[in-house]
Amino acid sequence: MKTLNFEDLTKIRKKAQATLNMRELSYAAVSEKSCGLAVGTEHIELLCCGGTGCKASDSAKIVDNLKAAIEANGIADKVEVIVTGCFGFCEKGPIVKVMPDNTFYTQVTPEDAEEIVKEHVIAGRKVERLLYVDPKTSHTVSDAKHMDFYRKQMRIALRNCGFIDPENIEEYIARDGYAALAKALQEQTPEQVIDIIKQSGLRGRGGAGFPTGMKWGFARNYQAEEKYVVCNADEGDPGAFMDRSIMEGDPHSVIEAMAICGYCINANKGLIYIRAEYPLAVHRLKVAIDQAREYGLLGKKVLDSDFDFDIEIRYGAGAFVCGEETALIHSMEGKRGEPTLKPPFPAESGYNGYPTNVNNVETLANVPIILTKGAEWFSSIGTEKSKGTKVFALAGKINNVGLIEVPMGTTLREIIYDIGGGVKNGKEFKAVQTGGPSGGCLTQKHLDTPIDYEHLTAAGSMMGSGGMIVMDEDDCMVSVAKFYLEFTCDESCGKCTPCRIGNKRMLEILTRITEGRGTMADLERLKELGEIIKDTALCGLGQTSPNPVLSTINNFWDEYVEHVQYHKCRAHQCKNLVTYSIDPTKCKGCTACARKCPVSAISGEARNPHIINPDKCIRCGMCISTCRFDAISIS
Amino acid sequence: MEEKNMITLTIDKHEVTVPAGTMLLDAAKTVGISIPTLCHIDLKGTCVQNMPASCRICVVEIEGRRNLAPACATRVTPGMVVHTNSARVIRARKTVAELILSDHPNDCLTCPKCSDCELQRLVMRFNIRTMPYNNGEQSVRKQELTPAITRNMEKCVYCRRCESVCNNVQSVGVLSAIRRGFNTTIAPTFDKMFSDTNCTYCGQCVAVCPVGALTERDYTDRLMDDLSDPDKVVIAQPAPAVRFALGEEFGMPAGTIVTGKMATALRDLGFDYAFDTDFGADLTIMEEGAEILHRLKKFLAGDKDVKLPIMTSCCPAWVNFYEHEFPDLLEYPSSAKSPAQMFGAIAKTYWAEKMGIPREKIVCVSIMPCLAKKYEAEREEFKVDGNPDVDYSISTRELGRLIKRANIDFVNLPDSEFDSPLGESTGAAAIFGITGGVMEAALRTVYEVYTGKTLPHIDFNDVRGFEGIKEATIDLNGFELKVCVAHTLSNARKVMDALRAGKLNYHVVEVMACPGGCIGGAGQPYHHGNIEILKARAAAVYREDEGKALRKSHENPDIQKLYKEFLGEPMSEKAHHLLHTHYSDKSIK
Repeated sequence: MKTLNFEDLTKIRKKAQATLNMRELSYAAVSEKSCGLAVGTEHIELLCCGGTGCKASDSAKIVDNLKAAIEANGIADKVEVIVTGCFGFCEKGPIVKVMPDNTFYTQVTPEDAEEIVKEHVIAGRKVERLLYVDPKTSHTVSDAKHMDFYRKQMRIALRNCGFIDPENIEEYIARDGYAALAKALQEQTPEQVIDIIKQSGLRGRGGAGFPTGMKWGFARNYQAEEKYVVCNADEGDPGAFMDRSIMEGDPHSVIEAMAICGYCINANKGLIYIRAEYPLAVHRLKVAIDQAREYGLLGKKVLDSDFDFDIEIRYGAGAFVCGEETALIHSMEGKRGEPTLKPPFPAESGYNGYPTNVNNVETLANVPIILTKGAEWFSSIGTEKSKGTKVFALAGKINNVGLIEVPMGTTLREIIYDIGGGVKNGKEFKAVQTGGPSGGCLTQKHLDTPIDYEHLTAAGSMMGSGGMIVMDEDDCMVSVAKFYLEFTCDESCGKCTPCRIGNKRMLEILTRITEGRGTMADLERLKELGEIIKDTALCGLGQTSPNPVLSTINNFWDEYVEHVQYHKCRAHQCKNLVTYSIDPTKCKGCTACARKCPVSAISGEARNPHIINPDKCIRCGMCISTCRFDAISIS
Repeated sequence: MEEKNMITLTIDKHEVTVPAGTMLLDAAKTVGISIPTLCHIDLKGTCVQNMPASCRICVVEIEGRRNLAPACATRVTPGMVVHTNSARVIRARKTVAELILSDHPNDCLTCPKCSDCELQRLVMRFNIRTMPYNNGEQSVRKQELTPAITRNMEKCVYCRRCESVCNNVQSVGVLSAIRRGFNTTIAPTFDKMFSDTNCTYCGQCVAVCPVGALTERDYTDRLMDDLSDPDKVVIAQPAPAVRFALGEEFGMPAGTIVTGKMATALRDLGFDYAFDTDFGADLTIMEEGAEILHRLKKFLAGDKDVKLPIMTSCCPAWVNFYEHEFPDLLEYPSSAKSPAQMFGAIAKTYWAEKMGIPREKIVCVSIMPCLAKKYEAEREEFKVDGNPDVDYSISTRELGRLIKRANIDFVNLPDSEFDSPLGESTGAAAIFGITGGVMEAALRTVYEVYTGKTLPHIDFNDVRGFEGIKEATIDLNGFELKVCVAHTLSNARKVMDALRAGKLNYHVVEVMACPGGCIGGAGQPYHHGNIEILKARAAAVYREDEGKALRKSHENPDIQKLYKEFLGEPMSEKAHHLLHTHYSDKSIK
């Protein structure tokens, strides 16, 4: 295909919009009447999630089976299967959505494909058993718009995920894709574009929340022969996968934003630093980059303008610290991935010493839509200092695990109870960990705190990249802190003393506490050492690494004290602090537990009460799950 | 304009005005505030520099900043208000030091760096009396004994100075950080042993190590045994650069020349003869000078195959470097052995015959500013039937320790002369210990032999100084002799890369591996990053040269006698056999 100019792009958009029109319209209004070919629907689209999560649940096979069934029934001219990015409702995946009636099928298996085609597509009868059941009303809900999970969401960064085919550039173009780039190149100076980003109030979504427009402005101000735009796709927080989902579901939004940034800071080269363990995201990016080049949206003379811009993918080996921008740059240079002191900031001296602007994936995904819809539109969303929306990865003990996007300022309660559907198994909410290993734990008392950069920091946590792990009464907060610190100790680059040795010593103290060997002085030492590590560590990783410990000490002091003074773990998670015992009045002597015990710690005559030898017992819990008489308890 | 580039800030209530770009550490020094450091080193004027800002010992409080900032790598900004000794800073620094101690063996009393250890000094300075974070896990790290360097990485504080010099100063690239987190260590790739890498044993990693992780291979006990063995004739040959630094081991000011005291001390220690490597240096000039002239004559006669530039070959780390990395260019360096090895070869032939002492009874010990010399002495090509020309080499520091052990009051020793005949030397030999010195010594002789004229100016100032690569042109009866002097192996690499690319336009090149040459050698008393020490040693070198009656190697009467009685003439068959060597491809395949 020849290089496109601005008019060509507009033509393609119009044509593509016509194709996408049905999806757009049906998204806006449920077309119950158009269910199935039987009622005369002319064209049906089956959107099937092709994100990593659903793929792991065999969604590729679902697509194959759907296509095979369509072929077998001779309706291929009227029915199309489209692989999309993530819908976000991972708890209920794999998802198949039928258009134009907007029916949302959950937990679909490859075996269900034929039924969907025969029943729904052909006969016009919805497959009731695959519909979502609202846990509150026990009624089925067929349109996602009416599900609590989606009702309070506002999808800006995720606007195209689960809606378009990420491997088809024209679907992106139909959704006003590359319009912002075209407008910038055609009508706006780089300064004007930067001003819009500044006015929109967009801040970095990777964790620290630095104003994006300012960052671009700094990079623009440094003059050099070469400059670079780097996309930080080194998503590393445990449980966070928004960047992956965006790259899998809407790769062009990242590419377009990088080109816009290149135009603004006067860079001709973009680099995407992505972890090699995201093969699907890498594949989708590669396809998207190739298509963008083919359409003249990357390469020499973008859209027939004087602006050259191209993008290369660089692979990371998965070190968490490489998400820190200086470490990321060193890794791309082929050096050891470890941070260096800032200043100089990458804007002054970055990749190979040239001015470099590094933005996170989610940040970039916001850029094109801000430019098409305007700074005012974006800044009207959110709170005073935190504008727009934020994507969170909901995980842990929550009913609706998945990827959500909400306006800044949404409360934790809304996220956990309305969108997340509350704590699993009706257990009591205890805490939510935000911000990953750099963040902290929020508790009951924070439930009505509006979520934005400032409030999270004030509450002793941080935004981070948006991981949200919900914990219930069965979680031991000392163990949670220990888990995160173990992570940081593993992922520390080892460069500076406080992070290399300090975190190790904190972890040793925590380990002592979970094993019942801690002292009250240890608790004081943890606090003191944590504060000094925060004060003296070299990079963001070290400076925030004590947060999970400090925030749990702060919010769950009693629990720490219980571990230390009473050798008690109320959540029964610290194995050294619990004993398993058999109630002789309940035990029937069935020998089941003794046979299951992996270390032969249980003894007793058949038909007589058994006993557990605490010295041998490894507290694995196997006996409890085996006992049919509820005779075994933990104390 | 000048004022524009000056920045005024406040450090501990002092108003300080310094040039833009100055680091807080240096700005504080201008008002007498010495902020403690550990990982930082900056041997100003050389390329020895390490400022990863990673140890966090030098943290200071800057008003308006959330975290403490490292003074070594934080640039001054206008109006900055800095506190270097607030309670917050003092507490943080102490904790950081305590953390370092918690992963350190703390066997200070038996550590080779005891009393010369930068960590130990910090511990004293911070008034650390307990170690609250000890009893935790210790990181497991390798130990290795090479012929030249002792590695005890358990003591490593991960300052990464060694990594910086190995990569940036020497471009050898053996050392880098491996593994992550608590188990991070500095080691060759895949945690190999030094002996399995292209390590040149230059020892600059040892020269900058603040603690006892990298030290020299110690031969003092072996020497003590030999000195007390009545059946052995133990002879000493101290290198030119040793006499300008040994005094520092006894608290004497840097740059004190202790030649006479050293000769006395060597005898007091029990050496049977105190000779001088300077004699070997003069001999080297005779051989290398002849080789230069030989190649030049061929070149001027139109021989296109003659290998030019000829390169000096005195520095053992440099020899290792080209054998490892430039095996295709081995015909360029001079075949002349180093002064120490020439000395050994002559001592165990000419002198041994003269004295009627069997070779096996002689223990020839070189005292060197160098650690690579320890490896050089072990080279197979420098042995006769398994008996080495130089039995082993000790460093300046080891000699200092021996003298202390032998209860010798070095500072108050009377001077004495070296023994004859292998103790006579000229000023040309004295300057072997400094970058440019071998070149200057060679030029003094080459000029006079080639032109038949007496040198109008004996000093060749163009080849002096600490600049990384120096050039000079010398008029030899109308022929323009172009020479180049490089010190540190990264500069040597530039020269070799140019040679390999066919872009090198010199006739003679001198290379020394250590910054400043042998005065900055890895066996010298530790400079702890103070360039003034190297400067003082350099000044002493030229003072010694100026004070000599004879300043040209070919005028050394004992050298003349050696040729007359034994060798014949430079590059004779006998000289070739005893004083020249060959190189081999030692690249790591």
